[in-house]
Order: sequence, then structure tokens, then C-alpha cells
Amino acid sequence: MSTETLDLSSTPAIPFTRLVQVELRKMYDTRAGRWLLISIAGLTGLVLVIQLIVLLVKDQSATLGSFGAGANIPMVILLPVLGVMSVTGEWSQRTAMVTFALVPSRGRVIAAKYVSALAIALIAVVVAYVLMIVANLLYGAFSSHPMVWDFGGAFGIFLVFLLYVISLSIGFAFGAAILNTAGAIVVYFVYDFVLPGLMELGAHLLSWFHSIRPWIDFSNAQTPLQGGSSVTGQQWAHLLVSGSIWLGIPLAIGIRRMLRAEVK
Amino acid sequence: MIHVEGLTRKYGSFTAVDDISFECRQGTVTGFLGPNGAGKTTTMRVMVGLTPATHGQVTIGGHHYREIPNPGRHVGVLLDASAQHAGRTGREVLLLSSRTMGLPDSRVEEMLERVSLEPAEAKRTVRNYSLGMRQRLGIANALLGDPQVLILDEPANGLDPAGIRWMRDLLKGYAAQGGTVLLSSHLLHEVEQVADEMVVIGRGRIVARGTRAQLLRSASGGLATTLVTAVDNEQLHRALTVKGIEATAAGASLRVSAEPIDVGRVAAEGSIVLTDLRAGNEDGLEELFLQLTADSQREGAPQQPAQPMPEGVNP
Repeated sequence: MSTETLDLSSTPAIPFTRLVQVELRKMYDTRAGRWLLISIAGLTGLVLVIQLIVLLVKDQSATLGSFGAGANIPMVILLPVLGVMSVTGEWSQRTAMVTFALVPSRGRVIAAKYVSALAIALIAVVVAYVLMIVANLLYGAFSSHPMVWDFGGAFGIFLVFLLYVISLSIGFAFGAAILNTAGAIVVYFVYDFVLPGLMELGAHLLSWFHSIRPWIDFSNAQTPLQGGSSVTGQQWAHLLVSGSIWLGIPLAIGIRRMLRAEVK
Repeated sequence: MIHVEGLTRKYGSFTAVDDISFECRQGTVTGFLGPNGAGKTTTMRVMVGLTPATHGQVTIGGHHYREIPNPGRHVGVLLDASAQHAGRTGREVLLLSSRTMGLPDSRVEEMLERVSLEPAEAKRTVRNYSLGMRQRLGIANALLGDPQVLILDEPANGLDPAGIRWMRDLLKGYAAQGGTVLLSSHLLHEVEQVADEMVVIGRGRIVARGTRAQLLRSASGGLATTLVTAVDNEQLHRALTVKGIEATAAGASLRVSAEPIDVGRVAAEGSIVLTDLRAGNEDGLEELFLQLTADSQREGAPQQPAQPMPEGVNP
């Protein structure tokens, strides 16, 4: 009856899967989110169409892997933007106040967001492969060259997934560290377009830099993931070391910031 | 139900909330009053675990908010009606909360109806909502999980007079069914008719607490005051003077330094016909509020329009 306490015994905690479902829904239930997803798929398709036309006009030989390389270009540029928006949307639109009031454990919300970003990466892989296969079929239909289905097996598909996961994670990390959509996207593009150039320049000018470059150039270290079917132990090590610097550190800063930031 | 114990929140050297304590009882509406920047929002944010307390604590039904599993099912929260994604529809906003809490989707329609948001309005994006509609959506969001406690920050802000009345009735009904409500406002008139008890805060400190009647009494310097109008005021004035009760003319009425019941008795004994009899000085509460929070108004930039101090009230 009129007790001044809340009886919590019949209230189960919110299961993690439900949080993931809600976070996934948040990625496409706004016009901005929906259009970003549509344009990622659309641009990937467009790149493949252009590639197909160029290949046919020049009568060059191509394989499924060639289309894979084409599809990766828009994916790797745009998936980070999606990663950024999955985090910053809550802050710039101030919905984090509602989210964290419903789920006070911020760590679980962040984890759910990340898992839903991984789900998007998986969907992106499926979309990319469907588009690649269509492109290769059209190529086979119109080209004098034979179709080549170099799938690279499950491991090849896994490498593409890993590449997309890294792309999304970079966006996620910058989004979390900066908590502002425009700011995070700008920093990401500087990071993505300026940093490799600086690495290149440094390697040219400084011999000591040249020798350590494979260990700190994250962008280069991802090259084996692009259309490769085998990755050597040393390549994995390069990816791991450079990744902990350029992805691990921003991600750690970002998660720390999200856990502590005052939600205004 | 809500216990605030010695709560302090500092931002660097600035103390937003300074050692405040109060409680909200079950089945009542507590009004949390104060000018902008007095610490109301900070206090409410600490309540729901969005801001950590520097000292002290808040418990809701004996629990810290963060320890409540699925808190939306127990505590309905509206902190800022504009804190919604502009690109989501009203229905989608409620659907996300409803799914997070694990409620059936049909609950969303029920709540839309409860706050009188039309189906066509619910399909619009929040970007196109007026502040009043956002408030209704925010209240729907707070009520979704059928909570036992409601914490609402400035819920009447942006509502039209009909909307304010609607909210008043809703909150009164909610409290009558055993719910506990804490609502904040910087406008006294939004709160005084609905709140069973009021907590007035200024510059992070509680400057007054109590029921409306208690606050009214303190507005009259601790003495009971009655405002009375008789068909023949002169006659009533004489009758009161005979009993040794002080009365002064106040417009078409008399302001009497006594309880309404005593004034009524005097009138009945003298067979004097009254047309109006009420407790306290109605304006007194407004004056008291301004006076209590006067120190906490920003100098040079008053939050409220400057009002002349009534005679006889010394700040």
C-alpha cells in the first residue's frame, strides 16, 4: 500500500539484445540516417557502374576482385561517417539525456551502439558483394573477356568485413572523442587524407622513419585487407600495432569521454 | 518517495546546488520553484543519475536511480522537451523509448492519445513541433512506462493556458492515484494550483518550503491574513474592531489580520452578509517568491520584470 519505497523485485533488467535492436533502429529512423545508408549503397553502385563502363569501353579484363576494389572505395570513405553519426547524433540532438535516463549504465549503451555498428558493417559486406556479383555478371554479359569469380573464400569475405569494421570503428572513435558531428567528420577526413601523405613525406625525408613506418602507418597496414586472400603474420602485426595507435587510442579517449561527459 | 539529502553540486568554484534537502511524499505533487539558474535542473539531473553529486545523495523509493533496473518503468523523466532528435517523428521518439523499456508498441498509441497528439501530428518530425507539442510528447515519454514517480523539469513551459490546465488535471489525477510528482517551474502561477507542497530554491539553496497556506502565512510575516468582502464593509470593519481584530481597506475588500474562520464567525455573529472570504494575501505569494529569490536574481539582468516592492514588506 502506501509505502514510500519502490518495489523493484518484479522488474527485470533491460536485456542487451533489446538495447542493440533499439540502437540499430536509431541508425535508420531519421531522415539523415536513412539517406546516409541509401547513399552508401547508391554510391557503391554508382562507382561499380562507372568502373564497368570504363572496363567495357577499354575492353580490359576484370575479375570479381576488381569490382571488390571498386566497391571498397566509397565504403571505406562513407562508413566512418556512419560511425561518427551513430554516436554524435545523440549529443548534437541532445537525445543522450533521454537515452541515459532510460539506461543509466552508459557502458551498456556504448557497447550496444558499437554492436549495432558491427551489424551495419556486416550488412555493408552483403550489399557490397551483391553489387559486385551483379557488376561481374553484367561484365560477363557484355565483355569479350571471361568472367572470373575470385571470391577469396570465406577468409576473403572476412577480410572485407574486417576492413569495414575498422572504417566504422574509426568513425565511432572520433565521434565519441569529439561528440560533434561536423567536428568529428572534419577530423576524420584530415586523418584519412592528410595523414597518409605525411607518412609518405616522412618516409621520404627521414630514413629512420622509413624503417618504422609499417608499424605506425595504419592506412598502409590495411592494404592487405583490400581484396587479399592471405595475410602474413608480419602484416597482421603491422595492422595490430598501427591500429592500436590510430584506432585504439582515439577509441579509448572516446569511450572515456562518453562515460564521463555531462549530458546537456 | 524522493529523498534529497544534503545535496551539493559544484562546477569548479561555482556551486550550482548548495547542501539542499527535501522530500516528495507519495500521492502528492511537489512544486520546485526558483528563477532560472537557481539549481532546479541540476538537482533533477542528479536525481536521475545524469550528473554526479559532489556531496549528498538522492534516493527514489529507497534506491539510487542508477540501481533501478529498467528505470523508465518506475520513474518517468522529462528534463528538456527540446532534447529530441529533430529528424524523428513524434511516434518514433515514443517507440524507441517503449522498445527500450520492453513495452508493447500499442502503448505508444495509448500515450499519444493521453497527451492529445493527433495521429497526423505524431507522424510529423519533431522539427515541426511547437514547444507546446514537444512538451506533450515529453510528458507522453515520461508516462510511457506507467511509472510510480514523475520528475518533470519545466513541463508547462510553452503550453498554452488550456495546455497548462490539462497538465494540472493530469498531474493531480496521477497523484490522486498514488503517484509522486516533482515538477519544476520558474513561474509561480504554473505551480501553485497543482502543488500540494512547494520547495523554493534560489542560488542553489532552499529559501522556503511548505504548503501553499504555509507559504502564504510566511508571506504575511507569519501572521494569518484574510481577504474579505462584505455587502457592507464598514459594518464588518466595526464588528472586527470591537473584537480587537485589525482590518484595513484593500480595494473593494478588507485585509484582516486573522484566520478566515475567525472573520467568518464575527460576520455570522453580526449577521453580516459576505460576498467573498479567502485566506491570505493572494498577491503575497508572488511577492514572497520574488522577495525570496531576489538575492538570487542576476544583478543588472533581472530574470523577472522589476516589480515595486509592496509597502510594509522589508526584503
